[in-house]
Amino acid sequence: MSHTITGRTWVIGDSVDTDALYPGFAMRLPVPEAATHVLYDLRPGWSAQVRPGDILVAGRNFGIGSSRQVAALLRHLGITALVAEDFNSLFHRNAINHGLPAVTVPGVSNLVTEGDVITLDLEAGLLRNADTELAFSPVPPMMLEILDAGGLLPRLVAAGYLADPSGKG
Amino acid sequence: MGMTMVEKILARASGRPAVQAGDTVVAKVDMNILIDLMFTQWPDPLSIADAERTAVILDHAVPAPSVVDANAAVLAREFAARFGIERFFDVGRHGICHQVIAENALALPGQVLTCTDSHTCAGGAYNNAARGLGPVEIISILCTGETWYSVAPTIRYELTGAPAPGVTGKDVFLHLAGTWGDATNHTLEFGGPGLASLPMNDRRTIATQGAEVSADFSVFEFDEHCAAYLAEHGAPDSFTPAAPDPDAAYVATRTIDLGALVPYVARPGKVSENALPIPEIEDRAVQQCFIGSCANGQLEDLRIAAEILGGRQVARDVRLIVTPASQQVYRDAVRLGYVQALADAGAVVTNSTCGACFGYHMGVLGAGEVCLTSSTRNFRGRMGSPDAEIYMASTATVASSAVIGRITDPRKALG
Repeated sequence: MSHTITGRTWVIGDSVDTDALYPGFAMRLPVPEAATHVLYDLRPGWSAQVRPGDILVAGRNFGIGSSRQVAALLRHLGITALVAEDFNSLFHRNAINHGLPAVTVPGVSNLVTEGDVITLDLEAGLLRNADTELAFSPVPPMMLEILDAGGLLPRLVAAGYLADPSGKG
Repeated sequence: MGMTMVEKILARASGRPAVQAGDTVVAKVDMNILIDLMFTQWPDPLSIADAERTAVILDHAVPAPSVVDANAAVLAREFAARFGIERFFDVGRHGICHQVIAENALALPGQVLTCTDSHTCAGGAYNNAARGLGPVEIISILCTGETWYSVAPTIRYELTGAPAPGVTGKDVFLHLAGTWGDATNHTLEFGGPGLASLPMNDRRTIATQGAEVSADFSVFEFDEHCAAYLAEHGAPDSFTPAAPDPDAAYVATRTIDLGALVPYVARPGKVSENALPIPEIEDRAVQQCFIGSCANGQLEDLRIAAEILGGRQVARDVRLIVTPASQQVYRDAVRLGYVQALADAGAVVTNSTCGACFGYHMGVLGAGEVCLTSSTRNFRGRMGSPDAEIYMASTATVASSAVIGRITDPRKALG
């Protein structure tokens, strides 16, 4: 995947938890249907407004809570990256392991207004919004490798641990 | 420089002489736990690293409340049989995974345990580096036997004194969360002279709830109480506990005087900076009281509830639902008369499951309802309707409140 991502932003606040992102009742639904319930109470109707290529920007402690595969739902909706002041580490790992770039950018809340188009350079550690730039810790090579592979599952297929879901294996 | 407990465990697991906060390591996993929910989106592996280091526990949706869950259990059974996984806990031997892990001594001192459930940090009560990881990462560990860790800075909690009657592990945690708030991307370490006064069930409640302040790990020092518990539950003696070095580096050291604590209650939404001593909580009528979950469905919780409710009745307008943490807890509670006492008081004692705690089945809340729970989490919408309010407190506080019908100080009910 490209290590530079440009997209329109959605902005949510601090401590958005996994129950808000992926409610319990949606856990028995298939991914496409479950994805319609992301932020069902916090931002009703949001999943219908998202366009492929959008970026989700959050405040502090993004994703506190469960190991629910929120990243699978966000990827299904077309979200291409997550940015936050900081992440719950389980949530952060979950995103990377699903092949969804997630970067910690202190100060992002003050720089980005919903609807802004921003560019992230994962390798250089740079967020650009119009004429303003904000530096962050570059994504480590080990995580870039996982993202490049499209997440952990394709890597396990390539290593022969899992059958190729396309049936070509 | 010296190491904290988790740094020592991760150094050992990754074959390094030392690790410190900021390092990223690849560590061998000693025990990997798969739960039923994983099998609803299951990429069937062709081979696995080690059946001996794998356990499968059905807990979130048992007995199956839907066809989706029933089908997942079918896959779980087929998987366990195909790979010869002896540690397979099907309905009848089931329980919430953290309780089953404890009962079967699967989280051993100085070792690494992984599981998808976010409350896997519960295993820290046994001096184990246990934490929740995402389902695809657990699949990866299943296949390869290892995973990576970014070593987080550690906050040390120095415990002193001993808790007063009516004050339990839940109150210790709510005090911690209410006072210091989130510990995002930090590890919690517990020890000190007050540790000996905290029984293992309280340690596990505290360790479990580390997820609620967004911590990576929450790990307790090893002592004779931990050793005795593990021996009683069939642990091998082949483990090596991890003790912190005297010059270990902590990002903060905080003291908790257990003797100064009172019962606490968390208000709806979150526990961080949202839990208060019970005298400061608003007087609130409740419609549902819930005792259960991996945090507070332990045998000691059922004992406390049975003692408070024995000879009393649940208030007329209140439902009290009690969910034992495992089938073993259920059996013990039946044998000891706790289930009889609870049922006679008007409580519903359910089968062991994660059900109500994550808003899935058996105890889901409707719009406008107020619940007081001793379970793990009070997020908006957690137990059902987003228009319900979830307060959180100890089992003693929940049981006392169920009798009165309002959030009530258990020290009054006990007096």
